[in-house]
Amino acid sequence: MLRRILELLIKEFLQLKRDRSARFRLLVPPVIQMLLFGYAATFEVFNVSTAILDLDRSQESRALTAAFVHSARFRIARGAETQRDIRQAVEASEVQVGLVIPPGFSELLRKGESSPVQAIVDGTNSNTALIALGYVGQIASAFGQDYAQDLAHRTGRALGRPMVSVSLEERYWYNPNLNSRWFFVPGVIGTLTLITIVNLTAFAIVREREVGTLEQILVTPIRPVEFIIGKTLPFFLIGLLEVSIVASIGMLWFQVPFRGNVFVLLFGTSLFLLCALAIGLLISTLCTTQQQAFASNFFVLNPMFILSGFSFPIASMPQFLQWVTYADPLRYFLVIIRATFLKGVGLDVLWPQMLALAAIALSLLTIAVLRFRKSLD
Amino acid sequence: MTSESRITVDGLIKRFGDFVALDGISFAVGAGEIMGFLGPNGAGKSTLIRILCGLLRPSGGQASVAGIDVASDPEGVRRRIGYMSQKFSLYGDLSVVENLRFFGGIYGVPRSALDGQVAFVVEMAGLQGREDSLVATLAGGWKQRLALGAAILHRPSVLFLDEPTSGVDPQSRRRFWDLIHRLGADGVSVLVSTHYMDEAEYCNRIALINRGRLITLGTPHEIKARSVAGELLAVEAEDVGRAIAALREAPGVRNVAVFGRLLHVVVDDAAARASELKARLNALGMAGVRTERILPTMEDSFVHLVGRAGRSPEGAA
Ligand SMILES: Nc1ncnc2c1ncn2[C@@H]1O[C@H](COP(=O)(O)OP(=O)(O)OP(=O)(O)O)[C@@H](O)[C@H]1O
Ligand SMILES: [Mg+2]
Repeated sequence: MLRRILELLIKEFLQLKRDRSARFRLLVPPVIQMLLFGYAATFEVFNVSTAILDLDRSQESRALTAAFVHSARFRIARGAETQRDIRQAVEASEVQVGLVIPPGFSELLRKGESSPVQAIVDGTNSNTALIALGYVGQIASAFGQDYAQDLAHRTGRALGRPMVSVSLEERYWYNPNLNSRWFFVPGVIGTLTLITIVNLTAFAIVREREVGTLEQILVTPIRPVEFIIGKTLPFFLIGLLEVSIVASIGMLWFQVPFRGNVFVLLFGTSLFLLCALAIGLLISTLCTTQQQAFASNFFVLNPMFILSGFSFPIASMPQFLQWVTYADPLRYFLVIIRATFLKGVGLDVLWPQMLALAAIALSLLTIAVLRFRKSLD
Repeated sequence: MTSESRITVDGLIKRFGDFVALDGISFAVGAGEIMGFLGPNGAGKSTLIRILCGLLRPSGGQASVAGIDVASDPEGVRRRIGYMSQKFSLYGDLSVVENLRFFGGIYGVPRSALDGQVAFVVEMAGLQGREDSLVATLAGGWKQRLALGAAILHRPSVLFLDEPTSGVDPQSRRRFWDLIHRLGADGVSVLVSTHYMDEAEYCNRIALINRGRLITLGTPHEIKARSVAGELLAVEAEDVGRAIAALREAPGVRNVAVFGRLLHVVVDDAAARASELKARLNALGMAGVRTERILPTMEDSFVHLVGRAGRSPEGAA
């Protein structure tokens, strides 16, 4: 038994050693995707293209414009002379935000009254729109407060009412600066691992079926379980290697802290990899060609990603979908990986997730092995 | 069935859904015997072999290989057989020796014996000097010999070869058959399927199968004598369609079949009928008619037995 598994392992690694494109596919895309995600996938918004229509043309209105530009959140993409300019610029997608400072802006300010500014935001990308609108509010109110204080100073008296400023001081735990990279990078590790391992496993077995080597192996005295172990163990090891590489990039390059216990993460990763192997194996029993495997992988992996809570909060999903997410191993692994990285918690907290992963792995592997035996007939 | 038979098949049936792929096949193969399976595409040759290897479950009937029932102990059967599937199926990205060591390993050849077995197979298959070549770079004939070698590493007593020589040049085929005969001489029972009619003549016995049924079984000599009742004339004529019609009605003609550009005509007496038939065709205005007495080939027998004149399986060499 051990001998036959060992022979399969040797064969698998010999093939991998020789297949330069497989080694490339194994290492390069995850690293590139990690870097891409690290840089591109962020909830922060910079350099929003903006047009400002200043109908007040006062010192105050110019100061407000400068405040926007200096924040680096907004970039003046074009000038505007009329309301129509603004509308056209937004419609033509030249700018995402149009700001209109109405006439009389400074007059109201000087009287110590609140003075409205109009912001027109292109809502087609609702995510960016909301974030940009938030910045508009922040910058405008900061400007307003500064101005009021300044005014009080200069006039040497308090305004009608005493100036009491209440400000909310927010403290975010674990990720004090709400650095979205810290949120994304651990998630990317889980997602990339899932995609790579499911693909590798499904393709490796389907390829043997397609080429005919599977049949040649099955007339030997090898047992299906031995074949499955010998065929999936290499991908388990590759999966561990891949997690290590991608996690190192996250820690060393993107400076995401790792506060937990390596062995807790290793344990969770192993359970998760078993789930991924089982899914790959299941797909391989349903497909006879690599073409079909490709389509199935896409069909399976995308929903798993969406339902995992990677970027869409599970709590906001319809109740039915929330139930479905309980079957998604990525859901649990994301909790484990984010918690070990950022919170530094251990098994005492993460045991429900570990248990869920173990249960999913066990049932998927059982189904996969049974189906694999049947698919031979 | 004699106690000597290595393969015993009795009333074997295989259904795929409603489709009957094997319809009650029975035969036996003795030790050291080379048995050929001849039949057109879809006849059921591969299905039969895959059942005997324990890859498919029979739907009915019985089959035992090396004394073991294939339905109840397929694993036991696999330990004792070698199998070369219809599709070439070794690893192209592994070298000759790596492939052999891999298959030897999962067949359970003891480590101490493996090197010797690999060397023996390399020598037998004439692969010396190519031990470290990647299999994908080998020519067709070499690949087939290597696949045969991989199937006999563990010294099985029964060997199944499913169209082992398809797509290989005649010289390599010849060489391959020499190997099969060597194995037969060593007492290995070989069951080999083929499309090539000429190859059937290299077998000790052949079975013709068509649409899942065994049509006939015997030595090549027996089959030819039995199936072509009469003597054979090869006729060359221009207008094949009209010639067939005319010949079928001629006295003494038992069968007419198209073989390439020739017509094979079975008659009661070749010497007497040759000139009669020629005259008959000439009378219809056909010029350049030639006739010649020939000896029946396996293909003639096949065409007769299958009873579908003109539709031979892939032409013989
Ligand atoms: N798994 C299967 N499911 C359904 N039908 C099948 C299956 N395997 C074979 N058949 C059918 O059974 C018949 C016999 O197939 P088989 O492969 O045994 O023929 P063959 O004699 O080996 O032909 P060839 O010379 O083309 O290899 C064919 O009609 C084929 O379509
Ligand atoms: Mg076949």
